[in-house]
Amino acid sequence: MTQQIINDLTIQAATVNGSGSQTANLVLTRAIFHMGIPVAPKNVFPSNIEGLPTWYQLRVTPEGHMARSDKVDILVAFNPGTWHQDLKTVRPGGVVIHEEVFSTADVRSDVTYYPVPFAKLAKSKIQNDTLRKQLANMIYVGVVAGVLGIPLEALEHGVKRQFNSKPKAVQVNVEAIKVGHDYWQDNFSKKDPYRLEPMTGKVEGKVLVDGNQAAALGALMGGVTVAAWYPITPSSSVCENLIAYSERFRTDPKTGEKLISIVQAEDELAAVGMAIGAGWAGARAMTSTSGPGISLMAEFVGLGYYAEVPVVIFDIQRIGPSTGLPTRTSHADVAFAFNLSHGDTRHIVLLPGTVEECYEFARDAFDYADRFQTPVFMLSDLDLGMNLWMTPEFKYPDKPFDRGKVLSKADLERLAGEWGRYRDVDGDGVTYRTLPGTDHPAAGYFTRGSGHDEFARYTEGAEAYQRNMDRLARKLETARHLLPAPVVDESTGASTGVIAFGSTHAAVVEAREALAAAGKPVDYLRLRALPLSDEVAAFVSRHERVYVVEQNRDGQVFDLVRLALPSMLVDRVRSIRHYNGQPIPAAAITEPLMQTEAVPA
Amino acid sequence: MSATLNHVGLPRDAYKGAATTLCAGCGHNSITNHMIKALYELGIEPHRLAKMSGIGCSSKTPAYFVEAAHGFNGVHGRMPSLTTGAQLANRQLIMLGVSGDGDTASIGLGQFLHMIRRNVDCTYIIEDNGTYGLTKGQFSATADLGSVQKKGAVNTFQPIDPCAVALTLGCSFVARSFSGDGKQVVPLIKAAIAHRGTAILDIISPCVTFNDHDGSTKSYSWVKDHEESIADVSFIPFFEEVHVDYEPGTIRDVELHDGSHIVLKKLG
Repeated sequence: MTQQIINDLTIQAATVNGSGSQTANLVLTRAIFHMGIPVAPKNVFPSNIEGLPTWYQLRVTPEGHMARSDKVDILVAFNPGTWHQDLKTVRPGGVVIHEEVFSTADVRSDVTYYPVPFAKLAKSKIQNDTLRKQLANMIYVGVVAGVLGIPLEALEHGVKRQFNSKPKAVQVNVEAIKVGHDYWQDNFSKKDPYRLEPMTGKVEGKVLVDGNQAAALGALMGGVTVAAWYPITPSSSVCENLIAYSERFRTDPKTGEKLISIVQAEDELAAVGMAIGAGWAGARAMTSTSGPGISLMAEFVGLGYYAEVPVVIFDIQRIGPSTGLPTRTSHADVAFAFNLSHGDTRHIVLLPGTVEECYEFARDAFDYADRFQTPVFMLSDLDLGMNLWMTPEFKYPDKPFDRGKVLSKADLERLAGEWGRYRDVDGDGVTYRTLPGTDHPAAGYFTRGSGHDEFARYTEGAEAYQRNMDRLARKLETARHLLPAPVVDESTGASTGVIAFGSTHAAVVEAREALAAAGKPVDYLRLRALPLSDEVAAFVSRHERVYVVEQNRDGQVFDLVRLALPSMLVDRVRSIRHYNGQPIPAAAITEPLMQTEAVPA
Repeated sequence: MSATLNHVGLPRDAYKGAATTLCAGCGHNSITNHMIKALYELGIEPHRLAKMSGIGCSSKTPAYFVEAAHGFNGVHGRMPSLTTGAQLANRQLIMLGVSGDGDTASIGLGQFLHMIRRNVDCTYIIEDNGTYGLTKGQFSATADLGSVQKKGAVNTFQPIDPCAVALTLGCSFVARSFSGDGKQVVPLIKAAIAHRGTAILDIISPCVTFNDHDGSTKSYSWVKDHEESIADVSFIPFFEEVHVDYEPGTIRDVELHDGSHIVLKKLG
């Protein structure tokens, strides 16, 4: 046997969707995490309810790399339909656990096989007829545990975590795992180098959460009281989680009264309309959607921008154009969201790069929306939103809400009713508003998407229009300086830098380690919001070459960065693009950089 | 002479808005006046009123009444969603939506139906003239089959009847009236506002510029000739019955719902 490989491997379970395999995969994930080993799961699933191929990739590294790896060490082949294709993905020397009856014609000779009669075992060993199909997946958990040395105690923990309040479900699942584990012990001897061993120092204080759950919790902490949404993959779980949290935390325990309104709208047009109506009336309001919904919301978002109504819009990006690949990830809505709607429009766009930021930015988005009285986009993606990520526990908010410039009845009395809804009193482009229901004769004003002057009166006047548009630009400029600043790491002192944003962060972190190990370190600027910070140009000016890494075909942020640079810096910027719908692996960054940066000095 | 004040202490003028920019004689202006009268007589506090609208001539009108109230002129056909959201944000607001036939019966049809389905607490007035006035006279979806455009084109499609549609969805308040019939419109507006839930009020409102000719079924003369009042409408606000029980020979001061007092003496 070759040298052991400990805690550094990628398991890929190839199954059929709708068969219960996701539960088995999660049990395995939680069991390994319970051993103190960092995990990075990626679920690759079809846009389908039942019967199509699905893959669950569970990457384990001692360093805690969170990006997808495109190398499979251990294949669990459970789907006859993709068996031959799946077999090709395994790296030489890898392990293949497969259903015994699968054809072994043309199989590879450079991998270790553990054939298991899963179907037979399920039939003979699992007594529960109704759950047999689901429990069959647990058998492979047991086999994998046997191969890798996952202790039963960790598996039990995983099962309990998955079925937290159902002791009977825990029992039948643990029994099914034991069926697989026993079969492994009775029939195989270890022939491969992979092992998992408990470790410390990497997962303490961390939890496994997906970005949509984190965003829902963030929105709740941000004080959302009206949410309107229309189901769409991969964003549905944002509002579904919000509903679940609201039942626990936003229901009056005495009266049972709901303290939040969450509406499943008839479509995205209505969803954003409700959110804007609520934002106008003074609520902290949100909607969540994905690319196709963003297209539908374009008109209303222009109204929100021009009439200056606070609203938070979550875009959990998926692959477009059109219906695209609904269950694959992408960052191709960035430029569209940034300029959404006709006319001169530009929006605040938050770019969370981690699950922790999904939580924090979701919370703070409501402050930005209120502070700047404008739609705020939270641009997450399917990878960040729907996969579990190892993340530090979230912090409870330590500051009060910023409701922005709202005039109360007392304020209006002090002003003797002298105010103008769109008058730039403070010179920062941000004006004062009143909320409907404010009991003062001067409180009311007319909100409209047509031309208006400082006092919200209808006008088609050329000067008034231009003055207002200039003020809106000034307002965004004010916001630009107050949004989450880029995170800059220039500790390598290298002349090469990388700019990235969103979930690409995980791949950049890993790529930087690999590049540094190869003697080609790179500095890093991680964007966290649009419009771009001045830090971007400063970063480029301090580096000879800067690579903008992003998950879209056209280099949307690459373009934005170049537009923001003085002309003599433009040529320093290069573009790395990954857009096949799978989360970007570190190799997508290291490979081009190793090539282009290999030129001798 | 000082102006007569309503029961919240406001004169009728407090319910006026900016000067109308619609055509002289437009039915919508009549409806605006009916609205002012109804709101004044109901004693609606302006700060509790939210005037909502979509896009079109009708949707401009919220600027022309109750200037002190908040108003929101949104996007075409999407007033129901704005209204739903605002109503959820603040249940104390009295939501009053003004839309048109173009705004309601075409792009807005989906939101119109879903607002009724949810029974959002609001008044939804359709200022219905069967034509697109702002874009100079195209047919709207409420134009009757066979009715004639100003330039002579004949409508070949069945109309969508917003009232019939609302009724099929079980809307709990549906009425149709005519902008020229203030006696009917004013109490209907009052009743619609008093109604808890979605109240649909389809008011035929002739467009004097583009749809007031022979062959139109939404012209003044046609509507006047064909208006059939199916009910004598008046609005009696709902109040809890006042019960008084006192001994013979005693005097009892009773406060009525409008704030006035009646002094009763029971004879022995």
